[in-house]
Amino acid sequence: MFKKVWIVLFTTFCVYTFWTYAYDDGTQPSYQDESIVSGWEIWQNKNCQSCHQLYGLGGYMGPDLTNIAGDRNKGKEYMYTFIKHGTGSMPDFGLNDDEVENVVAFLSWVDKTGKSQVDERSVHWSGTYIINK
Amino acid sequence: MTKTLRLYTKIVLSLLMSALIFGILSSWAYLYPELFNKYLPFYQMRPFHTSSALFFIISGGTLGIMLFTKDVFIKTPFQLKLERVFILCWSTTILIIFISYLLKRFGGREYWEFPAWLALPLLLSWCCLMMSYFISWYKTRNIKPLYIWMWSTGIFFFFLTFIEQNLWQIPWFRESFLRELTVQWKANGSMVGAWNQMIYGSSLYLMVKISGKQEIATDKKAFFFYFLGFTNLMFNWGHHIYNLPTHNWVRHISYIISMTEWLILISIIRGFKAKLSESRKLKHLIPYRFLMASEFWVFANLILALFMSIPAINRFTHGTHITVAHAMGTTIGINTMILLAIIGYSIKIDNLDIVRKTIFLKAFYLTQISFGIFWLALISAGVLKGYRSIILKIGSFQEMMKPVNIAIIVFAIAGLFAATGLSTIALMYWKLVNHCKENVK
Repeated sequence: MFKKVWIVLFTTFCVYTFWTYAYDDGTQPSYQDESIVSGWEIWQNKNCQSCHQLYGLGGYMGPDLTNIAGDRNKGKEYMYTFIKHGTGSMPDFGLNDDEVENVVAFLSWVDKTGKSQVDERSVHWSGTYIINK
Repeated sequence: MTKTLRLYTKIVLSLLMSALIFGILSSWAYLYPELFNKYLPFYQMRPFHTSSALFFIISGGTLGIMLFTKDVFIKTPFQLKLERVFILCWSTTILIIFISYLLKRFGGREYWEFPAWLALPLLLSWCCLMMSYFISWYKTRNIKPLYIWMWSTGIFFFFLTFIEQNLWQIPWFRESFLRELTVQWKANGSMVGAWNQMIYGSSLYLMVKISGKQEIATDKKAFFFYFLGFTNLMFNWGHHIYNLPTHNWVRHISYIISMTEWLILISIIRGFKAKLSESRKLKHLIPYRFLMASEFWVFANLILALFMSIPAINRFTHGTHITVAHAMGTTIGINTMILLAIIGYSIKIDNLDIVRKTIFLKAFYLTQISFGIFWLALISAGVLKGYRSIILKIGSFQEMMKPVNIAIIVFAIAGLFAATGLSTIALMYWKLVNHCKENVK
C-alpha cells in the first residue's frame, strides 16, 4: 500500500513538472537581442538580486525592479543614472556604458513579462488570484 | 563517534558560526550601507550568510543521517569510504564557494547561490552519499520504520531538486523569464521540503530513542503525516510565485495543497496535552528541550505559513520581511533546533557538569527569547512595508522604508543576542566533540 501511494504521487509530480516546464501561453516576450542576455549575466555576476527583487523575489535593501522600466515617473534615464553611478546606499559597480545599456535592456525585457503587484481586481472571492485569464 | 564524523560535526558547527557572524554583519550592513559599502558591502555579506546557513542545514541533515544510520544499517568499508569522499568533496567545494565570494564572484541566484560550475562537484559528492545510503537501504529487506523513508525521500529529492535548480544553465529555460522564475522557485520550494524530510526523519529517530516508543515511527498517523508532507514537498512550491503571471492552475494547486497544512496545526493542538505530560518526564534532557523548542517554532511558523499561503493575504506579505520571518523562523527555529538536538544527543550533552549545564541552559533561553523578538520584529517590518506599499501606495522607496527601518534596528539588536546564545551553544558542542572518541575508526 505504502509503495503504491508513493508511486502514484511521484508519477503525478513528474507529469506536473513537465507540464510546468512546457507551459507557454504565447504572450511572453522572448530574447530579442544579445544585450538582454549580457544584461542578465551582469545582473547575476554583480549579485543585484541580493538587494533588489524581481516579482517580489530577492533581497529587501533596494526597491523591486520588475516594472522600473515601465514606470512613467522613472524610466530608462533614471535607471541609467542609478546603475552607472550608484547612490549612498547602492555601490558604484564601475560598469561601462555598454554594460549599463545591457542591464537596462534586461530590465526592460523583464518589465514586459507582467506586473509585480497583483491588481485588487485579480483577487477571486475564494482567496486565490485569477491573472490574465 | 568515528574520527570522520567528529571532523564533519566540527565542519557543521563551523558553518553555523559562519552563518551567525555573517548574519550579524549583513544586518548592520543593511542598516548602515554608507559605513559598510567600501569593505563589507551587503551584496557580498548576504551570500556568505545565506550559503553558510543553508550549507549548515543541508550538511547538518546529512550528518544526522550518517550519525544515526550507523546504528540502523550495517555499512561495508566501501560505503564508509563513499561517505568520506562525500565529506571531503562537499566541504572542499564549500570552501571554494566562500573563496569565490571573497573574490566577488557570485552566482546571482536567489537565495542559495554560487558560481555555476561549482554545482558539478556538489552534485558528484551528493551522488557518493546517495550511493552509500541506498546500498544499505536496498539491503534492508524488513519493514522500514518511517524515519528511514523520510531520510530516503530527503536524499533522493535533494538530488532531483538540485538538478532542477541548475536547469537555468540550459538556454531553453531562459528563453522565457517566467519559465525561468517558475522553475527556479519550484526547485527552491521543493528543496526545502527535501532537507526537511532528512532533518525531520532524524528528529523522529531521536524521539524514538529518547522516549523509547518505537510505535511513533510505525503507526498509521505518522505515515499519514509523512504523505501529507511529501505531497506538500512536491506541489506546494507555487506560493512563492503567486504574483507571477503564469498559468492560474499553478496558484490553485498550491493554494489547495497548502491548506492541507491545517490538518498538521489541528493535530499539534490536539496533541498538546499529551506533549505536556511527556515534557514533564523528559525535560531534564537537553536534546529533548531542543526538540520541544522546534515544536513550538513549527506551531508559530505554521500559522504564519498558512496565512501567507492564501493568495489574497499573500498580496500584502509577498516581497516583505514577513517572508524573511518565515524563512528564518523555519531555518533557525525549526531546523537549527533539531540539528542541535541531534548533535547534542550524539556527543552526550547531558553529561555536562552542573556549572556548564547552567551556562548552557542560560544560552538556550537567551537564544529562544531573543529569537522570538527577532522574529516578531521581522513580522512588524513586513506588516509596515505591506501596509505602506499596498494600501498607502507610497511610491518613493526611501519614504516607504523609513518606519520599517526602526523594526529592522530591533531585529538587528535581537539578532546579536540570539547569535550570542547560539554561538555559546556551538562552542560548548565543539569542545565536547573532542571527547567523543569511542569507536574511533
